[in-house]
Amino acid sequence: MGNKNFADKLFFSVTKVAAFISFALIVLLFIMLIKESGLSFSKFGLRFFITKVWDPVVEQYGALSFIYGSVISSLLALLISVPISLGIALFLSEFASKKLKEFLSIIMSLLAGIPSVIYGLWGIFVLAPILRNYIEPFLQKIFGFLIFFQGEPYGLDMLAAGIILSIMITPTISSISKDVFESVPRNLREAGLALGATKWEMIKIAVLKTAKQGVIGAIILGLGRAIGETMAVTMVIGNVHEISLSLFHPSATLASVIANEFAEATTDLYVSALFKIGLTLFFVTVILNIFAKFLIYSTTKKYKV
Amino acid sequence: MLETKLEIKNLSAWYSEHQVLKNVSIPIYKNKVAAIIGPSGCGKSTLIRCINRLHEIVPNAKVEGQVLLDGKNIYDIDVDPMEVRKKVGMVFQQPNPFPTMTIFDNVAVGLKLNGVKDKKLIQSTVINALKEAGLYEEVKDKLHHYGTHLSGGQQQRLCIARTLALRPEVILFDEPCSALDPISTAKIEDLILELKKNHTIIIVTHNLQQAARVSEYTAFLYLGELIEFGLTESIFTAPKMKKTEEYIMGRFG
Ligand SMILES: Nc1ncnc2c1ncn2[C@@H]1O[C@H](COP(=O)(O)OP(=O)(O)OP(=O)(O)O)[C@@H](O)[C@H]1O
Ligand SMILES: [Mg+2]
Repeated sequence: MGNKNFADKLFFSVTKVAAFISFALIVLLFIMLIKESGLSFSKFGLRFFITKVWDPVVEQYGALSFIYGSVISSLLALLISVPISLGIALFLSEFASKKLKEFLSIIMSLLAGIPSVIYGLWGIFVLAPILRNYIEPFLQKIFGFLIFFQGEPYGLDMLAAGIILSIMITPTISSISKDVFESVPRNLREAGLALGATKWEMIKIAVLKTAKQGVIGAIILGLGRAIGETMAVTMVIGNVHEISLSLFHPSATLASVIANEFAEATTDLYVSALFKIGLTLFFVTVILNIFAKFLIYSTTKKYKV
Repeated sequence: MLETKLEIKNLSAWYSEHQVLKNVSIPIYKNKVAAIIGPSGCGKSTLIRCINRLHEIVPNAKVEGQVLLDGKNIYDIDVDPMEVRKKVGMVFQQPNPFPTMTIFDNVAVGLKLNGVKDKKLIQSTVINALKEAGLYEEVKDKLHHYGTHLSGGQQQRLCIARTLALRPEVILFDEPCSALDPISTAKIEDLILELKKNHTIIIVTHNLQQAARVSEYTAFLYLGELIEFGLTESIFTAPKMKKTEEYIMGRFG
């Protein structure tokens, strides 16, 4: 008895210490990022975020083109991934048999566990040629009057980044949305059906409406993943510091520019500018994650009986 | 004088291989309240869920026998379960308003499912349903607040209003007061007595006093079988079967 109690207490203290250490690490990381980007802050201030010249030769640094690249590639990823993920999640929670559900859940977690460099390789050797030779010319033929589909198809460009990211965030968004849908209690589903709703109407009034907030959380979590994803994006986005509305134009993101340029950053200001980008990335992803977790938690826990 | 609104005939029901209703037959009379009593697990909920075809949504659930609504078997293949559920409304044990809908929307949702678009019609139907459910005075200033912010008893009356908005002919209550305090319970009981003027009502209850207070007829169910059915008064004062008497005397269950 006493022994068990002691073991419990020990376990509890170890967990507490571990939790404290990880929190402390996050704080330290944050402080380090702030400190390291100090030089860039004193030189460029907040202007850094709204200027797009990034030129080590003249020591001018502005992050706008990377912010643009991150935002557009992530939104593109959401645009592709959200309908697919919600479809998968609904299918799993409302229609699939138990066996199929288990099987697909395993596939999902496998997909989520593939190292991102593998996605990158696939992007370079499989996706990019297909985009360049088939998909992009096809899009151009049909939608070429829109600025988004103009210019020479590269294959290694914003579109490739968006597609790779959409594949990478689909397991996250769909598995969390599935959990959120499944947390909608049976008595609400039955309330819908008892009103004479068809299965789809029931899903609309009882499941989707109730789960909305949690699904938004899942999407934001996916957005956080997309913004922070580095390796695969760096490999397929083309790494050009320019802002172009065309999806066929190479670009760069906050994450990809750090990965690409840290090795060659020789001056203190250059390094500091890269740290400042890291700080931005850190800040944005932490906020998105906290917000997303809050939405998901408050939806799924609310209905636990 | 007595008109049969609903007739449960030789009804059996299963969950997978587990038979929980065995050849149950009960007549339900129009504009009367019928109570279904019996110990926990005897199949009361299953029985009423067979009356609005909700039993069949459970995977591997099965039904045999007939439920005649105005003489028409609701299990005939040409009958749409969705239409049955609109005619036979249901109020559940736990109040279950839709948590992300306002009070107004909770009541209006059934109408919208029925394709009613006319705003004025929706408005007047919602208000009428809330009045009939005895809730309107309490919520008229907060129709656009969430339904889940109401008290348990108010939530249950909101669920009743939600059902009433569809103008059902029969209303099923599955232990509607078991989660409520005595005052809210009394309100719901009064409401049931009021509603039977225009509806036929079946109520499942664990509370024998409640059955005695609100119902004209009572069915006693035991281990999935109908032991006795008759006027509530005779079931409670002069039960014909030994089992019924034991249950009424509180010897088990
Ligand atoms: N969804 C289900 N799947 C499998 N078995 C079920 C299911 N629902 C009920 N049962 C079983 O069917 C039997 C009858 O259950 P039912 O809910 O109809 O009883 P009840 O009389 O309403 O009980 P209570 O008074 O506790 O509500 C019980 O043995 C129960 O375990
Ligand atoms: Mg029950």
